[in-house]
Amino acid sequence: MKTKNILTNKWVVCIVIIALLCFCAYDIDWSSLAYFSWGSLKGTLISLLQPEWSFFYNGSGEDVFSLMVMTIGIAFLGTFIGTILSLPFVLLASRNLWKHNTIIPRIGKFILDVLRSFPELVYAIIFIKVVGPGPFAGVLAIGIHQIGMLGKLFTEEMESMDEAPVEACHAVGANGIQTMFFARIPQLLPIYASLTLNHFEIGVRSASTLGLVGAGGIGATLIFAIQGRRWNRVSIILLCIIVTVFLLDLLTGYIRKKLR
Amino acid sequence: MKIKDTVHFQWYKSLFVVFIIGVCFLGSAYVTDASLSEVFGNLDQMIAFLEKLSHPDFSYIPTLLSPMLKTLKMSMLGTFIGMLLAVPFAFLATTIATQNAIVTNIIRLFLNIIRTIPNLLLAAVLVAVIGIGEATGIITIAIFTFGMVAQLIYESIETIDLAPLEAAESVGANKLQIAVWSIWPQIMNSVASYFFYAFEINVRASTVLGYVGAGGIGVTLSASLGLFRYDRVSIIILSIFIIVLIVDALSEAIRRRLA
Repeated sequence: MKTKNILTNKWVVCIVIIALLCFCAYDIDWSSLAYFSWGSLKGTLISLLQPEWSFFYNGSGEDVFSLMVMTIGIAFLGTFIGTILSLPFVLLASRNLWKHNTIIPRIGKFILDVLRSFPELVYAIIFIKVVGPGPFAGVLAIGIHQIGMLGKLFTEEMESMDEAPVEACHAVGANGIQTMFFARIPQLLPIYASLTLNHFEIGVRSASTLGLVGAGGIGATLIFAIQGRRWNRVSIILLCIIVTVFLLDLLTGYIRKKLR
Repeated sequence: MKIKDTVHFQWYKSLFVVFIIGVCFLGSAYVTDASLSEVFGNLDQMIAFLEKLSHPDFSYIPTLLSPMLKTLKMSMLGTFIGMLLAVPFAFLATTIATQNAIVTNIIRLFLNIIRTIPNLLLAAVLVAVIGIGEATGIITIAIFTFGMVAQLIYESIETIDLAPLEAAESVGANKLQIAVWSIWPQIMNSVASYFFYAFEINVRASTVLGYVGAGGIGVTLSASLGLFRYDRVSIIILSIFIIVLIVDALSEAIRRRLA
């Protein structure tokens, strides 16, 4: 009896999924695939396999190496700003810091939600209006976005932390600031550092895309190379991004393992 | 633990970390020409911009419905295709299923490389290779989902209970049978939960994919920005925000039921 029930359930789920997929696929515009030809894809792939190595470093400041350094700089500064600025919001949004007040943490969480839900690209466009096109707009965009992202994660860690040391501090007569410094921060610092490193890596990834709207970094050069169909150049840029992110992944992974 | 091992007596280590961070900070500030005065000097610009944004053109909502729905459909299809691709690769990426360290490491390296490519750049390249349109967006989302979900699935395969595997092996099941009858039932729920998680991330991501021509609401966004119609921009941003909130809440509710 029970097996039969599960089986009918399975069929219902399958039918629902297929119906949903048909509904989704029904009025999507597939016309771009009509012009697709394997020949041109082959040509593209062949030139992608021959990176233009001379573009890696030619001393002009517009080469892949210096742009990648700039991209990492944008991500670092953005994450730095984001981490520092997210801390006040964390204090506002953590439920366990506001024992007798449920409204303030909710407001704090709502602010973080709002900051997080706008795409970085939109922030970049806003900040380009403010400080002009350039890497600094990218820094601010990543910084503001990281406030939301890190703020949420930091708040979750703060809320799930072990409260025993805090209680111990209270028992010997420590005030709020003292419990903060002697019970909460020692416990949370390694976790926060680890999360920040992880988001630095994510920041590098998004910094490399912000150039698409003119906010500095390697993205602008990439989009020009793509529009000019200079696949050799596209190839070296993509290669550089992939290798950089991969190495940063290894480095931050190593540091995070040490922090545990 | 001796007293000199405690935090207070390792100040030189902390100082070193602070020094490194400081050097990186100054270095990146130099590279990116950061200047705080510029921010505060041009705050009136920002206020003017935000003021323009603060008059959303609500009459534009009916026009927005169709691209918004398209964005959701694109992410749905892309997530589904990506999941279909991710499951077999996730099985290949664990030694539990393959019993072969070489295959596992090659597949993992491949997945790592796929994951490092930023979403928007992938879309930009694919738009140039395949063409402008929603299909390109779907392919981008599928590739992105593939990289992300395959890793999540193989990580959850690594934590399964090994007893059913042994039982299946002892009655003579081959690797495929073990994968289907011993591993899959154990991870089915988490795979379904990852589907919604990936869908949530993809909805967020696909709202900007249109910026490079990969279909969806991003096309409308970039068009409105290009025309300096900030009243429309603000209603688009607002609707993205609402959709993301709804999808977040839905997927969280479903994932909580699946867990």
